[in-house]
Amino acid sequence: MATDIPGQVSPATAGPVSDGAVAVRVEGLTRAFDGRPVIDRLDLTLRPGEFTALLGRSGCGKSTLLRVLAGLDRDIEGTVLVPKRRAVAFQAPRLMPWKRVWRNVLLGLDGKPQRDIAEGALAEVGLGHRSGAWPKTLSGGEAQRASLARALVREPDLLLLDEPFGALDALTRIKAQRLVAELWQRRGCAVLLVTHDVEEALLLADRALVMRDGVIAYETPVALDRPRAVGDPGFAALRSRLLTELGVDEPVPTGAAA
Amino acid sequence: MTIDHAPPDLSTLSKNEPLALEPVTPTAGSRRRAVPRWLRRTVGPLLLLAGWQVLSATGVLHRDILASPGTIAAAAGELISDGTLPAAMGISLQRVAVGLLLGGVIGISLALVSGLSRLGEDLVDATVQMLRTVPWVGLIPLFIIWLGIGEAPKIALIALGVAFHLYLNVYAGIRGVDEQLIEAGQSLGLGRWGLVRHVVLPGALPGAMTGLRYSLATAWLALVFGESINADAGIGFLMNQAREFFRTDVIVVCLVVYAFLGLLADAVVRTLERLLLQWRPTFQGK
Repeated sequence: MATDIPGQVSPATAGPVSDGAVAVRVEGLTRAFDGRPVIDRLDLTLRPGEFTALLGRSGCGKSTLLRVLAGLDRDIEGTVLVPKRRAVAFQAPRLMPWKRVWRNVLLGLDGKPQRDIAEGALAEVGLGHRSGAWPKTLSGGEAQRASLARALVREPDLLLLDEPFGALDALTRIKAQRLVAELWQRRGCAVLLVTHDVEEALLLADRALVMRDGVIAYETPVALDRPRAVGDPGFAALRSRLLTELGVDEPVPTGAAA
Repeated sequence: MTIDHAPPDLSTLSKNEPLALEPVTPTAGSRRRAVPRWLRRTVGPLLLLAGWQVLSATGVLHRDILASPGTIAAAAGELISDGTLPAAMGISLQRVAVGLLLGGVIGISLALVSGLSRLGEDLVDATVQMLRTVPWVGLIPLFIIWLGIGEAPKIALIALGVAFHLYLNVYAGIRGVDEQLIEAGQSLGLGRWGLVRHVVLPGALPGAMTGLRYSLATAWLALVFGESINADAGIGFLMNQAREFFRTDVIVVCLVVYAFLGLLADAVVRTLERLLLQWRPTFQGK
């Protein structure tokens, strides 16, 4: 069972984490489908305010792990501790088509939140002017930003992003990635970004994890200065290393091309 | 991973021979719109009416077989001015309204029970699906034995037809709600009731509207059947009476009234759909 803990954990309960504070602690997590384990005794710790990218090949169980952390999949064994306030943005925006954008943003909030709260969050993602629109009238990028606003309005301590840029066109994706970087720096919440895009992970994350055979098989800090660009020194080496971990060997540059 | 970019082989193209080009001519200017579309579409029915009137006037179509359009119009005017038709329409409408309400409450309640819970599905759905195979018109004799020949069997017949259609469509609507949206709702912290209210029910609304449209059509059909058994008021009664006196004009007036009421009901559903389903990202036609 996933257990709720407050975002700040007292040092006494922190266990293996040396600096005390954790946003997520997973120990010995196993999730099997029909007896076949997709996640197999996995350990994972995320620190508050840390941006972590989780890489993996298609079907390696990275999305399953995210669903477990979101509390959507509770058919699990092991210990999973996550903050109470957490939010998810999925690959598809998953807006309720029968609710106008601002009502979508407020959906599920406690009490009777007013429209201006939604409009504040929408303005933060640059969608203030579409607050009264139906979701069907939004473009792909706008819908994804609305979905981000819906996650942010919950003021999460943990933001889970499940390939949120995967369905966007290349230009919109660059803008959306920058927006996420900005929002993270402003909010300071822990972010887990599930992606299969190595460059995206290196542009955004403090730490990159590679999931393989049901566990975190490789992990590396991404100690590059922000804001980052694909051509930065050190970028290519990290990229090549991560691709190798993912089982893709980069082409060796020929003399003529180099 | 290297990819060759070989240029296409152009040697077969002769440079001396120019390509034959053909012009693409615009069609916009050549469109003729002499007669408006709606006018053209009324020509067919008008011709039919005129032919009918001619056949009646020349005596080919005897008035005991089918009255002429003129006679029918006169009969309609008479029935309206002496209050017979409005009174009959009022009674028939009331039957449909009560039957629709009763059947609607039953059908939607059952659909909610079996749509929202697995247990409800196991208990309700199999039973309803079994009963659905019985043609509801065939139940008229039983209804007469159980409920007599008053208003009750007529309303029960309408309610039955309505309940099945609404049940099937609302149930299918609930079960057709996108699982991904349910999951999104869960991730937003919605509880069971919140999910039903904000995700499942709005998602089932298009199905419910389809069900409403079908059930209205069935309601009129059930009304015609119900009123043909021993009615002492209503449009069916008017028709039965007209049959005894070979008043084909009155029969046709009653048929037109049935058709008109059906059209009216359809217009009501269309308006409801436009108001309630404006969020739907479907093709609306041009």
